[in-house]
This record gives sequence, C-alpha cells and structure tokens, in this order.
Amino acid sequence: MTARVVIQTQDFDVGAEIAALRAQDKRVGAVCTFIGTVRDRNSAPTLGTGVSSLPPEGAVSPRGGPAAKHDDQTVLTMELEHYPGMTEKSIEDMIDAAFQRFDIYAARVIHRVGPLLPLDQIVLVVVTSAHRGESFQACEFLMDYLKTQAPFWKKEQTPEGARWVDARVSDDQALAKWGIASGNSAA
Amino acid sequence: MKVNVKYFASIRESVGTGSEPLQTTATTLGALRDELIARGGAFAQSLARGRAVRVALNQVMSGEDAALTEGCEVAFFPPVTGG
Repeated sequence: MTARVVIQTQDFDVGAEIAALRAQDKRVGAVCTFIGTVRDRNSAPTLGTGVSSLPPEGAVSPRGGPAAKHDDQTVLTMELEHYPGMTEKSIEDMIDAAFQRFDIYAARVIHRVGPLLPLDQIVLVVVTSAHRGESFQACEFLMDYLKTQAPFWKKEQTPEGARWVDARVSDDQALAKWGIASGNSAA
Repeated sequence: MKVNVKYFASIRESVGTGSEPLQTTATTLGALRDELIARGGAFAQSLARGRAVRVALNQVMSGEDAALTEGCEVAFFPPVTGG
C-alpha cells in the first residue's frame, strides 16, 4: 500500500498519483485533486507575525519610497523548510480527521520541501469517493487544515532580499469554517 | 529535567540554532518559553509575549499549559505557511 503522506524534494506526477490512488477500486465515482504551485508574486493580508529579513518598516527602499510591507513583490525563488517527523504525523492526523468527517475511500498528500521556483508544483492532495461532494469537501478540508497546522515554512527570495512568508488571516478564516481554531493568535 | 528544544524558520535564524539540549526547572511549555525569554537578546525578541509563536510538544501542536516530561521534545516556531 502506498503511503498516505509523502514529503519529498522531487516533483510529482499528478496523473500517476491519481491512477495509483484509484487503483482497482470500483466503488470510486469521484476523484478530487488540489495542486498548489509557486507564484511569482505574493500579496495578501497577513497576520504580521513573521520576523522579516527585510529592512524595518519606514526604511527607504531602493526606489526611494517607503519599503514595501510584505506585499506584492516579485518572488525569484522559494525555500520550504519543515519539521521532519511532525510534518508527516500532523498530516496523517488530518487525513484521519477527513475520514471521520467525510465518506471518502482514499486520500494522499504529497508536499515538496527544499528549493523551488515559480511554476513549480508544491503540494498535491488527492481524494476519492463515491460521489463528488464528499471528495470536493475532503480535499478543501485537508488543504485548509494543512495551511495552518502542518509545520512548513516558506522563505522567498525577492529582488529586495530574503523574507519569511507571513501567515495569512484568510487561512485562519478558512479553517474556522470547519469549526477548528488555528491556534495562531498571539500569547 | 532535561528537554530537547528545537527552533524553526525565522525563530531558528534569529536565535542562531536549530536545536539545543536544555536543563530546565520549568514544568510547562509556557514556563519554558518564559525561561528562554529571560535569556534576553534574540530569544527575548523572537519568543516575546504578544508575538504569535506556535509550540509543539513531542511533535504535537500544544497549548502553553501542557506539562513537560523528562526527555521530551519541545519546538518553537512561527505560524506555519506551507501548502
């Protein structure tokens, strides 16, 4: 049996992963996949909790204006750090939770770590079920959960320097709609 | 007791190490965080109260009232940003 959770540096083949998950399971009537990829720009309201490597707010940028505050900058490369052991364990727990909430047959999550470039695939979630509703929901649930609870951190290289990506308010809100608190509030 | 402390991402960079064995009198995660803050410098800054710091105990996200046990693994890191 293939592992439900894989953390790897190399790319993945979406078609092969879907085929492997469906296998010979004739009960399956729906397969839902999500693929996260590296964007070349980054902007969204953040929790503002990261320790930035950029100059402090108010510092003067090369363009002469105030330094951009973590928004709308070009991303040259991205490095993904994770917490080996906890990463796999936490995603396994999320998949268990998905099986409890939704009537699904199989689920698999692949997440890449290490250096990545814009256009690269980062994460794959595949879920199978009898009908589409359950796999659509389980796929979204797994991604919302992973976004705020799986220990990965993105560091971007921009023309202005390196910066750690800040957690997004919208990701906490996405998890909240499943009745789960992100635990990201300051303490 | 003896615990193993890990740091990740911006906190790891800021404190200058990824892990350290630690002898502590703290009995909870929160007390251990306070002990590290009391070191001052980068520890005080990156673990400061009012900053969103996630804490894991034996690789499970945990609240600060969670009790430390001999030889446990504690990790401090910023809110996660994978996916």
